[in-house]
Amino acid sequence: MKRLWLFLPVAVFALIAGAVAYQLTQPRDEFVRSAMIGQPLPSFSLPPPGGGPATLSDASFRDGRPRLLNFWASWCLPCIAEAPQLERLRGEGAVIVGVAIRDRPEDVAAFLQTHGNPYAVLAADDIAELQLALGSSGLPETFVIDGQGRIRYQHIGDIRAADVPVLLDELRKAGS
Amino acid sequence: MRRVAPKHQRLLLAGAALLAVAGAGLSGAYALQNRASYFYLPAQMMADPPAATRAVRLGGMVERGSLRREADGITIAFTVADDRGGRVPVRYRGIAPDLFVEGSGVVAEGRLGPDGVFLADNLLARHDENYVPRELKDMHVAGAPGGAGVAAAARR
Amino acid sequence: MIAEIGLAALWLAAALAVFQLVAGGLSLRPGAPPVLGQSLRPLAVLQGGFALLSFAALLVLFATTDLSVALVALNSHTAKPLLYKVTGAWGNHEGSMLLWVATLATSGALIAALERRLPERTMHAVLAAQGFVASGFFAFLLFSSNPFTRLPMPAPEGVGLNPLLQDIGLALHPPTLYLGYVGLSVAFSFAVGALLTNAVTPQFARVMRPWVLGAWVFLTLGIVAGSYWAYYELGWGGWWFWDPVENASLMPWLAATALLHSVSVLAARDALRVWTILLGVIAFSMSMVGTFLVRSGILTSVHAFAVDPQRGAFILALLALYIGGALLLFALRAGTILEGKRFGLASRESALVLNNILLSALLGIVLLGTLYPLFAEMVGARVSVGPPYFNAVGAVFALPMLAVMTIGPLLRWRSDTARRLARPLVALSAAGLLAAVLALLQGDIGLLPLSGFVLGAMLVVASVLPLGGRSFRRTPLTVWGMVIAHFGIGVALLGMASDAALTRERLVAMAPGDAVTVGPWTVRLREVMPVAGPNWTATEVVLDAQTAAGGRTITLRPQSRTFWAPVQQTTESALASRWNGQLYAVSGGPVDGGRWQMRLWWKPFVTLIWLGGLLVALGGALSMAGHLRRDTVRRSAARRISRLAAPVPA
Repeated sequence: MKRLWLFLPVAVFALIAGAVAYQLTQPRDEFVRSAMIGQPLPSFSLPPPGGGPATLSDASFRDGRPRLLNFWASWCLPCIAEAPQLERLRGEGAVIVGVAIRDRPEDVAAFLQTHGNPYAVLAADDIAELQLALGSSGLPETFVIDGQGRIRYQHIGDIRAADVPVLLDELRKAGS
Repeated sequence: MRRVAPKHQRLLLAGAALLAVAGAGLSGAYALQNRASYFYLPAQMMADPPAATRAVRLGGMVERGSLRREADGITIAFTVADDRGGRVPVRYRGIAPDLFVEGSGVVAEGRLGPDGVFLADNLLARHDENYVPRELKDMHVAGAPGGAGVAAAARR
Repeated sequence: MIAEIGLAALWLAAALAVFQLVAGGLSLRPGAPPVLGQSLRPLAVLQGGFALLSFAALLVLFATTDLSVALVALNSHTAKPLLYKVTGAWGNHEGSMLLWVATLATSGALIAALERRLPERTMHAVLAAQGFVASGFFAFLLFSSNPFTRLPMPAPEGVGLNPLLQDIGLALHPPTLYLGYVGLSVAFSFAVGALLTNAVTPQFARVMRPWVLGAWVFLTLGIVAGSYWAYYELGWGGWWFWDPVENASLMPWLAATALLHSVSVLAARDALRVWTILLGVIAFSMSMVGTFLVRSGILTSVHAFAVDPQRGAFILALLALYIGGALLLFALRAGTILEGKRFGLASRESALVLNNILLSALLGIVLLGTLYPLFAEMVGARVSVGPPYFNAVGAVFALPMLAVMTIGPLLRWRSDTARRLARPLVALSAAGLLAAVLALLQGDIGLLPLSGFVLGAMLVVASVLPLGGRSFRRTPLTVWGMVIAHFGIGVALLGMASDAALTRERLVAMAPGDAVTVGPWTVRLREVMPVAGPNWTATEVVLDAQTAAGGRTITLRPQSRTFWAPVQQTTESALASRWNGQLYAVSGGPVDGGRWQMRLWWKPFVTLIWLGGLLVALGGALSMAGHLRRDTVRRSAARRISRLAAPVPA
């Protein structure tokens, strides 16, 4: 009884640790799913890096072929980690459309030189307007767009090896 | 030269320590009741306005077209909005963060005046790839993590 | 090859730590073979050596920019100056963890190699505890933060380093703090070892004291450096923001401050045994909370690191094991510690007890405020706790503590009389009164700054009183240490009060040629021009400032910089230090009509805050040197006596 106060520190600590543990188990909502899933792409048109006439628009997606729409940038670290996986996806037959966000043409070229170019089409979005319109959380991020130009699936963060089959599966579903 | 009764010195020390810790805990808890700053979305602030004496934080999206600069060149006024129809006018005197632009997410620290205008002492916006004001994380953050972070209003 | 050597050394060190734990634990059992205990010191030394080797390997990898290592490729660049290449080794999570663990193992090795004053059994328990702590953090490194992971293919070029981290202040600030954090692990192991073997004695306190002092000096330096960095780098004009990261460094400091005072009582008077042990456990617990809780992303802050819940879970498990385990051990064993010596109500001990209690209360308040958002979130409320809470509630306990500090050092051990203090008290009151009058002449400055001026002045005077009647030459270093540290607190307090009460601020939009006054200065905007650095461009505002009294014109050049790769905008404030304060300028963006936003501060005597902090650290260092010297003198004297005594024939 007399020694009960000696247990006070450990009790206080247990309380704090419990609260921290509870917080850790709570899902973190840093990443928010886009509200655009199931919606058609908004209308847009983007030039290639370095400028020029628009090479990518919402109409480019409405030819019946499902595509991956990949947002990235040369200054984004996980995009480097993702590069080999994009290469694999391309090898598996996926058509990948790249949109470089807030980037400089020479940096884009250097990045593709170094890490390979998996993109069928490449566009530059200097004010992140398309990214904003799609409700993306950050870079890199990849969307599956079906042949009617509808957004079907959103992959947040870099694509890891384990995500490749998932994305291929989503592409197949979008194509059927 | 007064000495405390031998048997009781340790008890006295323990008691004093316990009293101080309990006092600290209680005064801390009491102070937290009215000194911690609560976070409001615009709609919440309109529905349940905090007292004008209370420091709170207001978070949301800077409404497009609402940003005005007053003649002194230093004071700005804008509206913070959310997707639930909440709109709160804000006035801020000071240097806005680099990435504070219309359409971006912002957390304003300050007080709600009796006239319904929120007087901000400080504005927080994203300033590098690692930092998001905690409350903006829950929002529909749409932007590049390379400092180009732009947050739209909560749209969950 | 070097990465493999580093990794192998890390694994070896980890294995040795586990071995040290097991051998140490077994050696405590009755009838254990003596070889178990004897193996501990060499094990600890080897473990420290391998951990250092591993860290050295990482330094070499960064110095040579070995881009086949993931960590280097992600955090370095071949074109970086060598200094920032090397400091880049700990400018990231994995590298800083390796530094943390290497420091831990090295301190373990140092105790093992040098410390011979404690009973062997206690030393075994201490080394077992050190091995226990080290093995957990080695596991954390190896399983969740391996710094030596190779890339499948070497990167052609590194990604670079966040430009904010290419700053000499930030390069040196973390290692300093880490030395402080980790130094406290020694106190922790000593406390655990003493609990296990029931050896809480003044001798134990004397052994522990230099370690506590050393850790405390580094913590103080780290906090001072961090505060100054935030002051000039964030451009908000403040020097302390009560941010979780800042609180995380303040909490171990408060605990260590309490500990080093209670250790003194234990060493000198054999009192406060249980309390000292508890503080020894709490101080390092706060270090671990400081290093890890913030890092895990559970608490977010202005300087928050990237969030990683998995690491968070690992960290929480380690914290639960170490802190929970040690506190449980304390709960179970502290009852067996015998009561120490008693003391009178008016005595040095009483003052130190009061200091300890108030410091602990402050610690509790900071902890509560830091963790409160976590608890509030459990009930769905999102709150943040800032200066309105910390300043007000902290003052309730800090002001009495500072008041006790003015008279405590003047009291005698064991028991004293109030009558002896009459004269110093008159001097103190005079100093306080003078400060109050001078402060009130400045206008209405608020109660808190006023108390700061009064207590600061009293403390500055009180701190030198213990030197009265002593010959300076013969005053021991330890007394000098105390005097200088307490003096430093007074100086810092005066700086804080002055900054809070007398700062003048102007917020204006200025066109070239315009002038504004701030405090005694007239600041004229000369021109605005673009400048470019190696990886940034900036708009630089050139300001000329002059006092009303004339004198030399000083030029301030605040910038707003835009970095490429990664894209980032920063505000570079400009500071001009004078003996009586600092002029601080931050530039904002352009507004219509060719005007530029400017925020200017004149901060009288603000530099005293950090100067005082440095004095505190210096005091700690002197005190540590004094204790170490006294210990060696005492030891060699003991050796001489035993040598003299031994050969006497019967």
